[in-house]
Amino acid sequence: MRGLIASGGYVPYRRLDRRTIAAVAGAGGGSGTRAVASYDEDTTTMAVEACRVALGAAQGVDPAALWFATTMPAYADRTNATAIHAALRLGSEVIAADAAGAVRSGVAALRAALLAPEPAIVATADLRTGLPGSADEATGGDGAAAVVVGDEADGAVVAEYLGGASATGEFLDRWRAPGELRSKLWEERFGEGRYSALGEEAWERAVKRTGVTDADVLVVVGTHARAAAALTKRLAGTGTTVADTLAASVGHTGAAHPLLSLTAALEAAHPGQVIALVSLADGADVFVFRTTAALADRRTARTVAAQIAAGGPIAYGKFLTWRGLLTVEPPRRPEPARVSASAAGRSVAWKFGFVGSRDAATGEVRMPPAVAGADPGAVLEPAPMAGVAGTVATYTVDRLAYSPSPPVMFAVVDFDGGGRLPVELTDADPDGVAIGMRVEPTFRRLSTADGIHNYFWKVRPLRG
Amino acid sequence: MSSHGIKDRVAIVGMGCTRFGEHWDKGADELLVEAANEAFATAGVDKDGVDAYWVGTAQSGMSGMLLSKPLELTGKPVVRVENMCATGAEALRQAAYAVASGAYDTAMAIGVEKVKDSGYQGLNAAPIPNDGTPRTLTAAAMFSMIVPAYSHKYGVDQAEIKEVLARIASKNHANGALNPRAQFRKPMTVESLLAMPPVAGTLSVFDCAGVADGSAAAIVVRAEDAHRFTDRPLYVKALSSVAGNGQGLLDPDYDYTTFPEIVACAADAYRQAGITDPRRQLAMAEVHDCFTPTELVLMEDLGFAERGTAWKEVLAGAFDLHGDLPVNPDGGLKSFGHPVGASGLRMMFEAWLQLRGEAGERQVDTARGLALTHNLGGYPGEMVSFISVLGSALG
Repeated sequence: MRGLIASGGYVPYRRLDRRTIAAVAGAGGGSGTRAVASYDEDTTTMAVEACRVALGAAQGVDPAALWFATTMPAYADRTNATAIHAALRLGSEVIAADAAGAVRSGVAALRAALLAPEPAIVATADLRTGLPGSADEATGGDGAAAVVVGDEADGAVVAEYLGGASATGEFLDRWRAPGELRSKLWEERFGEGRYSALGEEAWERAVKRTGVTDADVLVVVGTHARAAAALTKRLAGTGTTVADTLAASVGHTGAAHPLLSLTAALEAAHPGQVIALVSLADGADVFVFRTTAALADRRTARTVAAQIAAGGPIAYGKFLTWRGLLTVEPPRRPEPARVSASAAGRSVAWKFGFVGSRDAATGEVRMPPAVAGADPGAVLEPAPMAGVAGTVATYTVDRLAYSPSPPVMFAVVDFDGGGRLPVELTDADPDGVAIGMRVEPTFRRLSTADGIHNYFWKVRPLRG
Repeated sequence: MSSHGIKDRVAIVGMGCTRFGEHWDKGADELLVEAANEAFATAGVDKDGVDAYWVGTAQSGMSGMLLSKPLELTGKPVVRVENMCATGAEALRQAAYAVASGAYDTAMAIGVEKVKDSGYQGLNAAPIPNDGTPRTLTAAAMFSMIVPAYSHKYGVDQAEIKEVLARIASKNHANGALNPRAQFRKPMTVESLLAMPPVAGTLSVFDCAGVADGSAAAIVVRAEDAHRFTDRPLYVKALSSVAGNGQGLLDPDYDYTTFPEIVACAADAYRQAGITDPRRQLAMAEVHDCFTPTELVLMEDLGFAERGTAWKEVLAGAFDLHGDLPVNPDGGLKSFGHPVGASGLRMMFEAWLQLRGEAGERQVDTARGLALTHNLGGYPGEMVSFISVLGSALG
């Protein structure tokens, strides 16, 4: 039996109320909210968060491959998945590679992993941008999702892959030049017609292969909302539950949306249900799963629903500055220097993996790790801290320091079981910081200089 | 610990100090020459009569040639010294120990910083290539973390502690107003300071040291030679230096209400000088008031107040110009600004003036005969510390 061993979603903390858009942009918006990646997040950092949830649920599974899909890679020409690989502390024998550029990359990576003979983690993440007032701005959302794929021998499968099918077509519905912040769209009716035909074609093919004619749970996602809605109506049987694809709360998260919606559906599913995932993006891709009894053992506290419920608001103006659409005066301080590639290369375990050291005899935890040899008698062990919560010992709010989004919130954090680190605090409001506050590590992009992204860990309030 | 010190073996016989401020018309060269010439004049020597030089700067130049070129020194040993904000003081320590060793008869310690050419407000350290993980907060923010910690530990509410800090700033501004070499010479009331908006934690710009260019210098000789240069030398009683190991950043037991490096440095300095009760034996102290909460904590770390009581002593005026123990009678970093390489020597310059009775309107009662100067460089949890004790008489 092959299928999904675990899944995990990541919905960033901030929510933009769509009703606030039109007052500024003059048009656009709508009802509900969209999820907004923080200024210190990108598709790489969000993928790390989703993978941590998925791998946390799939304890003990060793993936042989990490496939990362996004339409908004943080880097071009070099692999982004290697940073995710480092943050997850995967072994060097694990291949990490990107499938970047198009929304369809996400399901393509899932298909490749399902059809391969080895365990893999598929990470998908996206930042969805559009010009102020556009439909993409309002209906898009930022987020990530990851699944651990493998055979029963790799780990208990929670959703057996029964089979699937694709249909591919070359037509222009949406397009964007690399590096631009907006996509352009062809007249809506044209794409709707093509997606309808391709969706039905792929579905028929999947029915033939799997023998499943009616799904218990139907998850239809697509970049073309009308086409997805119309196809949902046609494919839903009388006993079918149509899954919430998070349009009202998160928005469409591009390459991440099939797995994010599937993750939310799995979190709500019961053992023995057939779940069909249909994705419309430059064609149609159908995946049919049946949940197993192991589903109950793989529950995570960090469900998509819980993350949606825990969001905090962001003003539209701040959202625009975070996306680079509104440039505000920066603090008059020197911008950070670029990271040294060789210095970062020496400290991958600390910088990306958040691994300190623990003295084997005394148990003392040091962050960053102690320098070997400073205490000749000491035996130093790795102390992985990414999953360890902590408490704020003291704090400050720095309105002078350079930050991509001032002010800088900063806390001295004492980690449970030992270890202290003065570290930046994120996903919080300056007035909400207090001594004794509980926090947890989160992988972030501190700044960018000379095109080099400075990835490291911050802490965020422990929620829920 | 074998820190023996050099009590009464070396004396300061000449000093100079420029006005501190925004010297748009002067570079490091001009500032160095001005401070050096004043020191030469007070000691009655010329540049060739000084055998060796130590020049302190954090980032205004490299090597001893920072000084040998503008002073046009020929064939002299000149070395640049750097130890963060304790840089100027460290130049004096090097010069004094060199004279005490017998290697030289006469040595100069001089410090300078040309801060105002950076184009930014505040101090900005030159970046050293790194892995991107060290924090990049401002110094103001790092020191602001003392405020909630101190107020939490001793149960002083936020409004009260803000008033204590404003009281410290107001005192230093009042002293600086009397000092013609200070950058800021305007008295500031507690009420006006309390009305300032926060920039880092609860600290306002007026809780921070000013930013200024400046230079200061001292000439040291063996104690037995001192009276050949001046009738009123200052004898070196103690020179202590401690470099922290960053333990406070790692150790959950560190609570941000004290600086352990300063406590260790003070113990060493008092041992060298034979001081057992600093509050009653010192006539004055110049301390590193880079931020107002720093001065608050220093009063306890230097043994001027019991733990948890400095805030009350500040409110009671114990450290005012004519208080029980005047602290920063020259106006401190608050009024002078902080040209990093010069500040330590500027503090000794105030001790020089006060112990010689030359402080004019600011003159304090120096019957106790001893002055302390203190610098720190770094941040809570990771700092270097320097303390000197200087005296007007041997023994």
